[in-house]
Amino acid sequence: MNVAETIKQITREHLLKNNGLALGQCLTAVGWVGGTVPEMGDEDGLVELSMADVAGGGIAVGMALAGRRPIYIVRYQGFQWFNAAHIVNYAAKSKDMWGIPCPIFVRSIAMDGAIGPVAGGSHHSLFTRMPGMFVYAPMTPNEWRAGWEFFMAHDDPMYISEHRRSFPIDYEMENIVHSEADFTLFPISSTRLEAVKAVDMLAGEGITCNVVHLTWLKPFVATPDVNRALESSRHGGLVLDGDFENGAAKCIAFDLMQKTGKNIRVFGLEERAAGFAPQLDNLPPTAEKICRKVKEIMVDDTDSRFMFRLS
Amino acid sequence: MRSQNTGAIENVIRELSEQDILEIFKRICMIRYFELNVKKAFDKGLIKMPIYLSVGQESVAAALSLVYPDAAIFGQHRCHDLYLAYGGSVEALIDELLHRPTGCAKGMGGSASIHSPAINMFGHDGLMGTQIPIAVGYAFAKNKRTLAVMGDASAEEDYVLGALGYAAHKKLPMAFVCMDNGLSILTKVAVRRNWKMTDIAAAFGIQAVEITDNPWLIVHHMRKFGGAMPIFMNIHVVRHLWHNGTGVDGPPEWDRFALIKEELQKVGMNEKITSIEEDARDSMDRAWETQLALGTI
Repeated sequence: MNVAETIKQITREHLLKNNGLALGQCLTAVGWVGGTVPEMGDEDGLVELSMADVAGGGIAVGMALAGRRPIYIVRYQGFQWFNAAHIVNYAAKSKDMWGIPCPIFVRSIAMDGAIGPVAGGSHHSLFTRMPGMFVYAPMTPNEWRAGWEFFMAHDDPMYISEHRRSFPIDYEMENIVHSEADFTLFPISSTRLEAVKAVDMLAGEGITCNVVHLTWLKPFVATPDVNRALESSRHGGLVLDGDFENGAAKCIAFDLMQKTGKNIRVFGLEERAAGFAPQLDNLPPTAEKICRKVKEIMVDDTDSRFMFRLS
Repeated sequence: MRSQNTGAIENVIRELSEQDILEIFKRICMIRYFELNVKKAFDKGLIKMPIYLSVGQESVAAALSLVYPDAAIFGQHRCHDLYLAYGGSVEALIDELLHRPTGCAKGMGGSASIHSPAINMFGHDGLMGTQIPIAVGYAFAKNKRTLAVMGDASAEEDYVLGALGYAAHKKLPMAFVCMDNGLSILTKVAVRRNWKMTDIAAAFGIQAVEITDNPWLIVHHMRKFGGAMPIFMNIHVVRHLWHNGTGVDGPPEWDRFALIKEELQKVGMNEKITSIEEDARDSMDRAWETQLALGTI
């Protein structure tokens, strides 16, 4: 079963067995959001919203207050700049403010390539800023299921940073940790697919890379593999993201540096708006770009050490 | 046009039983004297946070609580009136305003973000109008009567309009009430817009009325709406004190409390309402004295 089928099955079970709700815009039209939404209707709890983005987020929050554990489906992560308002200002604060849980499961879907300045990219950093939000970025069927199970076992609002490239994935992705490595990659979301390719490409050039896949962005969970990988990594690490660098990626890099003392860089979207034309797009780092960046860092790092010794 | 007589119906008070009239009056008195005690405490420097008092607009919450009971309540920052009219704990609200962990929101809510699970009243996050879409989602999910109260300024929030439209489309069991004091802090409605909320609501297919804050008139319309939901009431109210704090900018446009007393005296209820008012005043004064005696934080 791939990720899309996993999501669809879990959603169907939630509506049929848990008295749950799933809601969003344009769910039941073209593609049923990439095959992740079960073919059900209003009467089953699959709710079509109007196109009022900001109000839609509030309606979802109200459903959460009512205890229906809504799955709020937002087709493009860029739309969150409108949808986020009620989720981060109410759902995320409700337990702190009033002791009233507001568990809402926000499925926020990223897509890249030729979709312009608004819809492209991941925007999970927007949500990591607010206390009370849990932010998770699954890419495999088991990861998605684990996120759902976490949500159902807790009463907090959760932001699921999905990527359309994950929908056909029907396998799991293991960390790669060598006993001795030159470098460690910490990829998030779709950059995980590119990181794996980059590792093979770099190996061909004699550079050994670890890969530690990141799913929990907030709270950031440094698994034992994170520490093991960095201990073995001569040149530190690189956090890869499909969001802008000045967000979750830098926070995670900072946490890792504090924890390990190793130098950690970030590599995400460029600090500019994306255009529609291919040459003006703003895409997450590709395998080729990751390889280039890793080699630049290694040279820079080596030069710095050499300069330090000379002085 | 704002006036103390907007939408008035002659002798509408006769539609109510004496018991209902006196109960509404009692709730009005309770809110008024609670709020005057808040003012006193604030002026003495015992409350160190922004406060949003309901003095002048008590009649709306008092009438709604009688005619629209057992509703889930979504109010806004100025909501001591709703909390008290629907039966929220007086002591817990005093404690909240005195920054105590025994407050209704354990000190987190202050004056603006109070709540009470006991009366199914949800807290407000401080952003204008957010309670409206949240209330719509709640009403949809619970299919339970839900009261959503906004001000004339928050009514202008785009997401309020979107949510109203959705409630109309889904025919949700909701009463929307706009407490229209004609001001966003001090900026008048006419400066901000050239449209009326009742026209917007009606355009969505929601039954809507524009009336003054006469409580008997509110009861009349709520009963007239019957089972038709959702409904919208734009009610002209007068905020006697500052938007935030206890200051006064001048004499109020009208004082509904005084007008009600005058009317009830005319129908021969003077003795009863005097007694009710004294009881309410004593009860609120006592509650404040008792809680204040516990000391401040």
